[in-house]
Order: sequence, then C-alpha cells, then structure tokens
Amino acid sequence: MTNGKNVVTNEHGIKKIEAYFDNIKKRGQNLFIPYIVAGDGGLDVLVDRIKLLEKSGVAAIELGIPFSDPVADGPTIQRAGMRAIRNGVTLKSVLALMEETKAERNVPIIFMTYFNPVFVYGIEDFAAACQRAGVDGVIIPDVPMEEEFMIADALKRHHIAFIRLVAMTSTKERKKKLAEISEGFLYAVSVTGTTGARANHDEKVGEYLRSLKQMSKVPVLAGFGVSNHAQARRLSSFCDGVIVGSKIVDLFHEGKDDEVRRLIEQSL
Amino acid sequence: MTYNLPDERGRYGKYGGRFVPELLMPALLELEEAYGKIKDDPGFQEELQYYLKQYVGRETPLYEAKNLSEHLGGGRIFLKREDLNHTGAHKINNSLGQALLAKRMGKKKIVAETGAGQHGVATATVCALLGLECTVFMGKLDVERQALNVFRMELLGAKVEPVDQGSGTLKDAVNEALRHWVTHVEDTHYILGSVVGPHPFPQIVRDFQKIIGEETKRQIIEQTGKLPTHIIAAVGGGSNAMGMFYPFIEATETKLYGVEAGGLGIATGKHAATLMDGRTGVLHGTMTKLLQTEDGQIKEAFSISAGLDYPGVGPEHSYLAETGRVTYDAITDDEALEAFQLLSRVEGIIPALESAHAVAYAVKLAKETKPDDIIVVNLSGRGDKDVNQVKDRLRGEPM
Repeated sequence: MTNGKNVVTNEHGIKKIEAYFDNIKKRGQNLFIPYIVAGDGGLDVLVDRIKLLEKSGVAAIELGIPFSDPVADGPTIQRAGMRAIRNGVTLKSVLALMEETKAERNVPIIFMTYFNPVFVYGIEDFAAACQRAGVDGVIIPDVPMEEEFMIADALKRHHIAFIRLVAMTSTKERKKKLAEISEGFLYAVSVTGTTGARANHDEKVGEYLRSLKQMSKVPVLAGFGVSNHAQARRLSSFCDGVIVGSKIVDLFHEGKDDEVRRLIEQSL
Repeated sequence: MTYNLPDERGRYGKYGGRFVPELLMPALLELEEAYGKIKDDPGFQEELQYYLKQYVGRETPLYEAKNLSEHLGGGRIFLKREDLNHTGAHKINNSLGQALLAKRMGKKKIVAETGAGQHGVATATVCALLGLECTVFMGKLDVERQALNVFRMELLGAKVEPVDQGSGTLKDAVNEALRHWVTHVEDTHYILGSVVGPHPFPQIVRDFQKIIGEETKRQIIEQTGKLPTHIIAAVGGGSNAMGMFYPFIEATETKLYGVEAGGLGIATGKHAATLMDGRTGVLHGTMTKLLQTEDGQIKEAFSISAGLDYPGVGPEHSYLAETGRVTYDAITDDEALEAFQLLSRVEGIIPALESAHAVAYAVKLAKETKPDDIIVVNLSGRGDKDVNQVKDRLRGEPM
C-alpha cells in the first residue's frame, strides 16, 4: 500500500499534477490513471470511489462527465454515462461535489468531458469553477487543435492542465505539436477506435509510444483498450503509464471494488 | 452581396468547425484536401454529370402546380420535382457525388447513417452501382418503423447495423457511424447524408445538392423570365434546403423560407424545430443550434416525419438564420398531414412527409402573395414510403 506516502501539496492544476507524478516516479512506479464515470451508481458513491482509488496509489483520477452523445466512447462507458444521466448527474452537480469534498482528497482530479456541456456551462465559468473545485486538468476528446482556441486561454488563466490526446493516425507533425503543447501529460490513444477493452494492441503500439516519449516533455500515458495488469505493465514499459477506463467502470458497476484495487496495485 | 462560406476553418460565422477526436482529424484533413482537388477536375465533373443524367434521371422538372395555385389563390406555385430522382428523393445527389469522390480517394468501403432510410437506400444504391462495400447504421427504433427500407438496403447489398445505444434513432446512428469511421478510417469513407457534421461535410453535401437550386434558377427564368419571389424548403439537417437556397443566397430579391418540423407544436416541447427553439452547442462535430437541456444534454427530436426528426441542424442554416437571409418557421404534424393530402388530391402528387412541411408552408404563404409572385417549393421526395404511416394516422379521422 502506498497510502500516506504521497506529498500533500497546496499546489493546484498543472503544478499539482507535476508534483504528484514526480513523487510516484521517484518511487520507481508506473503512473496509473483510472477513469470512472461521475455519478454512475449515484453521486453518493463517487467520493468513496475516489478515496479507494487514491489509497490504491493512482497518479490521478480521470472523472468522466456524462454526455448524451459520447462519440469517442465504446459501449461500456456509453452505458455508464446513460446510467449517470438517469441519476440526474450534471456537470454542475459534479463540480459542486468536488468543491464540497476538496479537503478530503489529495490526488489530482482530471475531468474528461465532451465540449458541449462545457460550452453550455460557459467556458470561462467552467475554468473558474474547476479551479474552485480543485479540478486540476481537463481532457476534451472532441476539441482537436483546430478548435482549442475556444478554450485554451480560459484554462490557462485558471492554471488548469489542458491534456491533449494524440492518436496513432496523427501525422508526425501533429504528434510533435501535440507533445509540445500538452500540459500535465500527453494522452496517447493506443487503438484506432473507441474506448473499451481489447484483447490485444497493435504490434506497432510500442514504437508509437516510444516515439511520443522522445518528443514529449511531459509524461506520456497510453489509454483506450487497456483492461488488465499485464497490458498495463507492458504498455507502461514503453512510456510512463496507462489510463484504464472501461474495465474499472465495469468492475465498480459489478460491485467488485477489491478487484479494482488489485488491478491497480498489480499495474504499478 | 458576395457570399463565400465556409471560411478556411470550416466556419459559417461562429457556426461549423470540426469538433472531432484527434483520431478523425487526419481523415477530415485528407478529405478536405482531396475534395478541393477533385471537385473542379473536369474528369470528375464529367463522370458525375453522366451518372446524374443517365442514372439518377436529372434534370428534374420544375412543374407549375396550377391546380394548387388556383386552389389557394395568390402567387404562381412551382414544384421542384426532386421526388422524381432515382430512389425517390434528393438524397442520391449527395450519395452519388460522395461515392465517386470516395472512389477517387481510393476508399473501398462506405459507412453511412440513416433515419427513415432514404439516405441509406440512396447510399446503398450508389454503392451497388460503383462496387463499394456499404454499411448503414440505423437506430433500432427506426429499423422497426422502416422495415421495408431495411429490406431495400439489404437487397441492394448493404449491411444494415441496428443501433440500440441512446434513443435508438438518427442521432445515435450518426454517433455509431462516426465510431465505425474512427475504427476503420484507413479504408473507409463516411457518406454523411445531410449538411451537418464536421467540416468539410456541410460544404461537400451542400455542393453536391446545389444542383437543385442551379437547375431551378435556369428553369424558372426559362418558364417565367424572372427569378422567384419566394422559395420554400423543409429543414431537418437541411440538405435539400441548402441545395435549393445556395444558388439564390446572393439574389436578395428572392425571399427564402426554411420550414422545420413543429411536431405537436413548439410549446409542447415535442418537435424538431431546432432553429425555432434551440440553443448553440456542439453535436456530431459541428457548432450549431441544438435541442438540448440547460445542462447540455441533447434532447430527442419529435416529428411525424422521420427525415426531419433530428435535434441539430446544418451550421450554415444556423448562420443564415442569424443573419436573417433565410426566414425559418415551423409546420406542425397536423398541418403537414393536411398538405400531404391536399397535394395528392389537387395535383396527383403524393409528397414525402418531409416535403409536405414545405407544401404546408406554401399554403400559408400563398394568401400573402400577389398573382404575379412566383413561389418555388422544393418537393424533396415522394411520399410512397409514408403512405402506410399516414393511413394508420388517418384511420378513424375524417379526411
């Protein structure tokens, strides 16, 4: 168990992610970021899940804001999102809960949200609310470089890390540019497709991650399709760590909290 | 007035753009570049024109509906007969253009979404013609409601994939088609069926549909010596309307009317009138007006016409609404049903329920026009596909 070993820092946003990651890397561990859908199972269990994940030694928690039309997600996360929407979960209610329970956690929180809820909330208001709520970074899968001018400045003003996604289909120029501008870490999408468990990754994935690692000043984490500790350790050997979503969403949904802890501990 | 949109970022004012995952960006950029090169290539245009004439049956007539004009009083009403195209609607103009484009780009497979099945049938048709492998995503609910069109697509060699995610309708079919494209982007082209989605789709679809407006312009001058005073077209995603309006945007003496599906009435919330009752947001890769909750969740649209049943609208329509160049209004299910019967009875033309919305608006507008006014209604499709539904709906109701 790694509980209690992580530095408590007053930093927020980009700096907090950096400090927290550095501390884990100093221990020689892989960075592991679990993805959960905020409000799947109700907002009541969210704080408990965050505590469980923090205790398991994760590098950050990626919190999915449910959206009616999640084009980058596979069936598992789509269903979890629909359950959360039916529970009445909104961006507003998740932000409020994160603000309320800010003192109860130290682990960095990263929002993964589609652009529409943010746009409707108001971009500047969203960035300010993230800062107040102790949300340290955001991932917005449907905002590519071409559209990020709409939100990048607001996030910068509030010191929120704007984590960019890079894909295996990205050209070399785009990879370089994304590696250069990403904040907190670089999210390397490691399948050609949507989120969800895969039996295997393309054999070119190692080369892809290694080349990103060379281009990037920030840590590189591989995500999409990672569902067991063997995959997690293998992919982590090419970069700094992994993001695991659908598998963890499933395990929590099935009430297998212990297995979540085991998966994380075996992956570090 | 010169009109030259979209801009280099794919925007129509603040609307449009390309809000897609990074995985798709290279494909969109490739498509934009390929389209830029191919669209003006004489060989491509020659091939497209050949199939439009010999296979689709263009040009379509511009028919003066004298009985209807007389019945209503007011201006002279002309119908642009897109219902006479092969497969029964304007949809094939776009499917054909994009399939030829895909072939030139070296793509062997096609994915498409469909709501009622018209775009799916048109796409399956051109794929059969051009030897492309075709997969069509269709909401589970729509698969049940439009069993005959599912069979048609299968007959044409396409694979129909029912989508039971979300609400199981058109918007979910678009999501699933986008996900499929993300996964098979190397060898697959996505033939989007309307002027929606990320840039360059709204532009490409408009350009392949603008033949409607171009023919209309030539035909109305031949027949009357003048440009129309009023043009009416139905708007769901808005491809038939954009195709009709686009060649007239700079002709400001012609008033343009886009007719949305008012469903049970705007006040009931059960409608698909995005421009009447929507808020700006981002769906399916584009910034546009959307039917959505105050938290930014997309609502389900509602209309008797499956082809108008979409909670978004093409970004260029959002722009044309904002600038006031086009007037948008809504027609209810009941008004559309009445127009459906009226046109059948007085002209012997059974319109698609989508097009019946435009006819219903002409019924209202005619009263305000003078005898020398010229009203063009875009009759975007034929109503054969709708007769069963209308029969059920009217059973027990006085005609």
